Amino acid sequence: MTVKDVQQALELKVFGGEKGLNSDVTGGYVSDLLSDVMGNATEGMAWITLQTHLNVMAIASLKDLSVVILVNGNKPEEDMLEKANEENIPVLGTKLGTFETAGKLYQLLNS
Amino acid sequence: MKSYRADLHIHSLLSPCGSLDMSPARIIREAKERKIDIIAVADHNSTRQAGLIKKLGQETGITVLTGAEVNTREEVHCLCLFGDEEATRIFQEFLDARLPEEENDVVIFGDQVVVDKDEQIVYTEDRLLISALRAGIKEIETLVHKLNGIFIPAHIDRPYSGILDRLGFIPENLEYDALELSYRMPETEICGQHPELCGKYFLRSSDAHYPKDIGRATTTFELEENSFEAVRAYLRSKLNQ
Repeated sequence: MTVKDVQQALELKVFGGEKGLNSDVTGGYVSDLLSDVMGNATEGMAWITLQTHLNVMAIASLKDLSVVILVNGNKPEEDMLEKANEENIPVLGTKLGTFETAGKLYQLLNS
Repeated sequence: MKSYRADLHIHSLLSPCGSLDMSPARIIREAKERKIDIIAVADHNSTRQAGLIKKLGQETGITVLTGAEVNTREEVHCLCLFGDEEATRIFQEFLDARLPEEENDVVIFGDQVVVDKDEQIVYTEDRLLISALRAGIKEIETLVHKLNGIFIPAHIDRPYSGILDRLGFIPENLEYDALELSYRMPETEICGQHPELCGKYFLRSSDAHYPKDIGRATTTFELEENSFEAVRAYLRSKLNQ
């Protein structure tokens, strides 16, 4: 399943990093603690978080994550968006909370 | 050049976790007794008690940096220290605007009061001061430097609130004046865990919440004069020596 499939199925807003919409999503990881994501997320995962700063993209890029999904209506800060476009890692958003978003993504990836 | 002993991380009674014994007069008295020349008042997300401590310091010959230990949106604790009243005031306005409305529960978190020199309460902070500000670490750092302040990631080795635990690394674009190690952390250990920090100059301070802890860790500065500007220049010169 591609990032674009996830984006459409979950009706997520696209903030940036559009060039990465065709990457494969291999799974998901939920955390707001960057060091935890760095330690435990693996390549291709979709990362669900409410953190909206530049360092999120540093971790996403370092771990080769496929997409960052911002919850609770959070919007990316400007420099985060710039980095998303530079790294071609899509940043998507939803008004839903972490629990609902993770539940829907889990269902989608395992159906 | 003269040697000065500094403890750049002290909480007053305004911090919810700070002892009510940490009144301005008591902090200055303890610092004097322990022969500390320079202190920084760094309450959680507030500078409101720092001004009086600076005034009492001036009368005693102790240089007091006024500022706060902020909790960033990323939940990283950072010391933001200033040398003059105007910068401290502008920073306080920023803190007031970005602190969440969450109310303090005195029973759970403790009192958050400002006192005068006679230890009479003149202000009570109703909002919980240990909340994370609605401001990211880079935004705060940029503001501190615009105000000619000193920006120091606090106790970088500590779980839950140190930058290495929260972010896992120190962002490349972050311009800090020093890195603070918690009082019991040996430099060799941080070097082993984070080789990229090997050779950095580390600041040691007490993070005192109780009078007995003031000065339990200090750093000695070699300065031309005992002033905020001299401290700032010294830290910058030592960082990557």
